[in-house]
Amino acid sequence: MTLTLPTLLRPARSTALALVQVTLILIAVALICIPFADLQLHQVDPWHELGLIGYGLITPHWSDVTVLVEAVGLTVAFALLAVTIAVPLGLLMAVYFHWRWLRMLAAAIRSVHELFWGLLFMQLFGLSATTGLLAILIPYCGVFAKVFAEIIEQQPPQPGATLDPASSRLLRYAYSLIPQALPSMLHYVRYRFECALRSSAILGFIGLPTLGFHLETAFKQGQYSEAAAVLWLFLLMIASVRYWLKPVLILPWLLVSIWLLPANPVPVSLDLAWQFVSVDLWPSSLRSGDWAGFGSWLWRLLSEQAIPGILETLYLTQMALALTALIILLLWPLASRRLVSGPAWTGGRFILLVLRSTPEMVMAFVFLLLFGPSGLPAVLALALHNGGLISFLIANGSEIDRHQQQRPDDPQGLLRLAYLENPRQYPAMLALLFYRWEVILRESAMMGILGIATLGFYIDSAFSEIRFDRAFFLIIITALLNIGVDAIARRLRQRYLPQTSRSSDNELT
Amino acid sequence: MLKKLLLACLVAPVLIANAVAETFVFTAIPDEDESRLQERFGKVAEYLSHELGVDVKYIPVKSYPAAITAFRNNQVQLAWFGGLSGVQARKLVPDSEAIAQGYEDQLFKSYLIANTSAGLDASDNLQEALRGKSLTFGAKGSTSGRLMPEFYLREFFKDAPEKVFSRVGFSDDHSRTIAEVQSGAYQVGAVNYTVWDSEVAAGKIDTSKVKVIWTSPTYPDYQWSIRGDVDARFGAGFKEKVRQALLNMKDKELLATFPRESFVPASNADYAPIEETAKAINLLD
Repeated sequence: MTLTLPTLLRPARSTALALVQVTLILIAVALICIPFADLQLHQVDPWHELGLIGYGLITPHWSDVTVLVEAVGLTVAFALLAVTIAVPLGLLMAVYFHWRWLRMLAAAIRSVHELFWGLLFMQLFGLSATTGLLAILIPYCGVFAKVFAEIIEQQPPQPGATLDPASSRLLRYAYSLIPQALPSMLHYVRYRFECALRSSAILGFIGLPTLGFHLETAFKQGQYSEAAAVLWLFLLMIASVRYWLKPVLILPWLLVSIWLLPANPVPVSLDLAWQFVSVDLWPSSLRSGDWAGFGSWLWRLLSEQAIPGILETLYLTQMALALTALIILLLWPLASRRLVSGPAWTGGRFILLVLRSTPEMVMAFVFLLLFGPSGLPAVLALALHNGGLISFLIANGSEIDRHQQQRPDDPQGLLRLAYLENPRQYPAMLALLFYRWEVILRESAMMGILGIATLGFYIDSAFSEIRFDRAFFLIIITALLNIGVDAIARRLRQRYLPQTSRSSDNELT
Repeated sequence: MLKKLLLACLVAPVLIANAVAETFVFTAIPDEDESRLQERFGKVAEYLSHELGVDVKYIPVKSYPAAITAFRNNQVQLAWFGGLSGVQARKLVPDSEAIAQGYEDQLFKSYLIANTSAGLDASDNLQEALRGKSLTFGAKGSTSGRLMPEFYLREFFKDAPEKVFSRVGFSDDHSRTIAEVQSGAYQVGAVNYTVWDSEVAAGKIDTSKVKVIWTSPTYPDYQWSIRGDVDARFGAGFKEKVRQALLNMKDKELLATFPRESFVPASNADYAPIEETAKAINLLD
């Protein structure tokens, strides 16, 4: 069993033609985007700043250790508590996933980025544990619901047939399908916990006292030794998850987490919370029933921000997606025991760890220094980050693929890669790529420093200008775009990769 | 189920809040040196606590909007805001007041800086040669790194910066603006003059690569703003006591936190020009 969706990593027997087709579509769309996207190179002199960053990386330094220890504790606490709450809720949703409205709700809540959830909840609960927990657990509920439902759907129905036909749905699930699906679900939860650690750290960028807070502060101020100390610590934390998060330790960790949560209470009044939900999120023209005014508000927002933002976001996303595919093909073999061993394997694993755990913001800034502001740093940062993540999943999948018989006359080295491993993993890779499509789309929103006006740039501007009605509207647009892209990805999977998507793909149809 | 969850989330923090004794909390927008914030502002909290006779606590925030939100939600009662963020915050909290500003803030200014390879010379006025260059502002809500420079650029070019410059970025931070212009990633940047001057003094800037090409007219900037309901909560005359405590702050080490020479009285009316400017460039309704 694998660390990720078993459906995706099962070896596919799709025809080579289908794979070639879908790959060509991917490349063609990216090529079409190139002339529209802005990929200008600038004459720059980055070596002074890059030298400082490089020096910082090899001289990590932090004066006040207690601050860091506290940040590590809180990063883990938010992630652990959020996942602990999201798993049972997601499972409950998965049981009733045949309800269309529930599927739509799950799709809606997972299509909004944790940072945007965080910014919204901050208006309600201030900088508090509630904000941090909700920002992670709400989108994760949606993700768990979908993935659990898919895993459950894979299970054979025979054990359930032995139960009393009159028993309730919940009971039937509890005594047959859920126990059957448990190993796969646990593997997925473990992978998702690593994602939650990243989400928790990144919430520091908007002010929660996790590792991201100190990383962003130090990095922004050019204190690269301090930034490096936080980054190395974070990498170490992710790399060592399986040593410190053993099943017997989960309960003690949970208790510690509850104890660690910031005690600073938030005296947000119910009045203010209600005003935010009922007034601030809506344009004043709509509230006063001024339809003409609302029409012009809507038109201006659509024509000046939403539509240009969507286009800019899509160009970047499609190019990043194609480049991600290339990076995966180059990187995953370096981290699979099927192909390399010893120090080379350790090195490959380390590269993937760095790529998937370094926040895109940090990578984008380094590329900005190297290439000047344009879409290029964004595409590179997104592709490297997601390429690192998917390569990690593929490498894991290849190592634990028990269905593959080892034969003494199997080729070795590059021939093995070319004729055995790549063909075996390619369908899974494309399927994962489609899964990350919507994630890349969300992340491409974080590129304001590059002077690229993606949807997220406008959302961030709206929050800066304390115009929550605009922010809310643009967040909804982003969510709809995500849901749309997700639907297209599902169609493509069904059509070209039927072996990897035999599950509940009629969501929203 | 979801309704109950939502309700529980809404009520829980309120219940906790009621159980806690009155503490006077303040924050400061992240702007100058952000390192050791807790340590440096902790000393300011100690000073205020001593002067005011109540518990005073500092909480760090990460962005301008976060500071405004904390002020609006009464999570902090006093805040060190920039010109624009102060105007935005006071609009959201009725009866809130600007009570003190830094001595330097009466006549604050911005610099436009340029990479030497851009071939721009220093001049008293904005110049046509800026057209077509790339420009980075600081944070989107910054007065000195965005609002005022954008206002003067619009006035000179009669057009939005996006139309005048080949690209407009937001570095989110004055130090980063300087780093991005020095490396040539952007050709021109708009920056807070105190940040530039102190980084030059600290030898962090290679002046053969980046230089000041324009100094803006002066305008009022940073100030302490306080919520209107502090007298009701902390006792009559509390607001006045806070103002006096700030004006009486003489310790060089405390003042260096901001960094200001001293604090002088201020009022909401002092910031009318900032509000007008924000409206003029459509950052404020």
